[in-house]
Amino acid sequence: MKKINEFQSTKEWYLQNFQSFEEKLNGDSKTFLHDLRKSAINQLAQVDFPNTKDEEWKFTNISPILKQNFIPAVSIGKKDFSINKEELKKYLFSGFEFYLMTFINGIYSDELSDLNDIPNGVTIDSLSSLLKRNNEFIKGKISKFVKSENAFNLLNRAYSTDGAVIIVNDKVVLEKPIQILFLNGDADKFVLSVPHNLIFAGKNSQVSVINLFASINNNSLHFTNSITEVFADESAIVDLYKIQNENDNSYHYEKVEAYQLKKSIFNHYNFAFGGEIVRNDINSTLDDENIETHYYGLYLANGKQLVDNHTFVDHAKPNCMSNELYKGILDDNARGVFNGKIVVRKDAQKTNAYQQNKTVLLSNSAKVNTKPQLEIFADDVKCTHGATVGHLDDTAYYYIRTRGIPSELAKSMLIRAFANDVVEVVKIEPLREQLNHMIFEHLHRVEIENK
Amino acid sequence: MLVIKNLHANVEGKEILRGIDLEIKAGEVHAIMGPNGSGKSTLANVLAGNEGYEVTEGEVWFEGKNLLELDPEDRAREGVFLAFQYPVEIPGVSNATFLKTSINEIRKYHNQPELTPKEFLDLMKEKSKILGMDESLISRSVNVGFSGGEKKRNEIFQLLMLNPKLALLDETDSGLDIDALKIVSNGVNIFKAKDKAVLVVTHYQRLLNYIQPDFVHVLYKGKIIKSGGKELALELEDKGYDWIKPELVEAEA
Repeated sequence: MKKINEFQSTKEWYLQNFQSFEEKLNGDSKTFLHDLRKSAINQLAQVDFPNTKDEEWKFTNISPILKQNFIPAVSIGKKDFSINKEELKKYLFSGFEFYLMTFINGIYSDELSDLNDIPNGVTIDSLSSLLKRNNEFIKGKISKFVKSENAFNLLNRAYSTDGAVIIVNDKVVLEKPIQILFLNGDADKFVLSVPHNLIFAGKNSQVSVINLFASINNNSLHFTNSITEVFADESAIVDLYKIQNENDNSYHYEKVEAYQLKKSIFNHYNFAFGGEIVRNDINSTLDDENIETHYYGLYLANGKQLVDNHTFVDHAKPNCMSNELYKGILDDNARGVFNGKIVVRKDAQKTNAYQQNKTVLLSNSAKVNTKPQLEIFADDVKCTHGATVGHLDDTAYYYIRTRGIPSELAKSMLIRAFANDVVEVVKIEPLREQLNHMIFEHLHRVEIENK
Repeated sequence: MLVIKNLHANVEGKEILRGIDLEIKAGEVHAIMGPNGSGKSTLANVLAGNEGYEVTEGEVWFEGKNLLELDPEDRAREGVFLAFQYPVEIPGVSNATFLKTSINEIRKYHNQPELTPKEFLDLMKEKSKILGMDESLISRSVNVGFSGGEKKRNEIFQLLMLNPKLALLDETDSGLDIDALKIVSNGVNIFKAKDKAVLVVTHYQRLLNYIQPDFVHVLYKGKIIKSGGKELALELEDKGYDWIKPELVEAEA
């Protein structure tokens, strides 16, 4: 595994490598998606990867990601990862019924997925499979609502060949959630995983999706660069869970782009556990009236992890509400970044927008940069925001210890207490319990059994 | 059971306790009364091990052990319990989890086996009944969504569950209506025994109608300026604190 040095920069390498990538695509290079790819690679040539002089990337130095040329999974061409369905279980959330899609390095694995008994009016399929049938629906919708694209997004679109596509027709309520496992990494290659996911929820429909990112092994270096687009039509309810649990060497970027119409509700639950550098750009456009958007986030970082959450709620029309609660627990030398942007446009009267970011630092060398960013152009709105940074509450710590509970366990209780209002909004109970477990596991803390 | 000798303590550099001497024997109920800011809560918290308070002088012996050398959790395991003036909320941790953890940690310290789930449940049922608590409270998060009165009641419930040797009650009566006061006092009276002791810290005499003290001490500016029997509490209720303050002036003169 040695670095390929003959190119001036990693970007140059991604540009040059595109041709050999194209050659491996076979029939896929004749689909409409390939035109989009070509356009993306041409745009990438004009755009630099962000650096810390960039206001949106001020506290997140991504240069380590650019020190390595990550090879698109398609170019590696390996298909069997000698993992079977039984072994898959250790990565998955369990204790509830779900449809399962598995992507290995961003490429759909039919053998490792379970899509039986999908009700009428619901499509759960891979982008690659739908492309083969030149799906007109996808053609009309893909990337339609994407507003601006940085170099990471262009890199994804240039190299992406696959992703999850979920289409729920009008009035269909999908009872079971869809668990999508993105299993990434390679034993001897630095791999680039670039899934592009699409969720379309029709009028009065309901769907719940769990995007779970994990690493095949604990020390492989890999780079996941994902895009998830969400379209919520009138009165649709979309719950999107994202659990980032890749290994602590890996790099992770994801952009979530949600577009909402009248009376729709979009809930995004963002749990960040793993990854050395993790950046989420989460955007919602509320382009009609009586829309609700809820963002919940919990980021846990230790060692030398960096977790950056940038959210952007765009209130374009009147009478909508958005509510955002992001909480972080940072230990060791971990760094957190939170930037919560809310724009209330001139037409968006009677907007209610709330935002809160709270971070607890468990060590003296952990650090967080938090910034609310409110741009309000309407005059009749209710917007509040707040940010706190602190340590675990001394009084509560003392209280617990006066009950004979040792100091480490007392801290765990306080961590659980701090995380609780983000965890408790998770609607799937077994998922909630497993997330609680992951909090203690990730922070190497004694677990509280809450039975 | 508890011997306090010449105890001095600071909070943020300011001396709050200025030489407390007090002895509490098993079976006794002592009340510490005094105006606001006299150091009552400080005394209770210094005994429980609050690290926000700095002991600058003096000794505290509990059952022959140097209490000041112990961490708060070890004091609890040795049998000191503080019912807080402002009990803390712990979202996401149920009362059951909290108490089971607490009881079993204390038992572990004494080389006793953990309670079985059945034993624990029976104990919870028995004690919650004494305090007229709804059993559903057990599965709710510690003190979350509890009214002020419910929190105080929950402190006494914890007292009965943990069954320590010495109960320190810090302004347990504040914020309680008369019915709640009776229930809480009843809980404390059930706790009382030959081998137990209670130290009640209170601003008002009213709690002492229900929890009868054997001794009443008046704390003023960090010192005990008068001690007496339960009639002293009634006298204080009648006359306020001012009448003893000149006594102090005389004593110093």
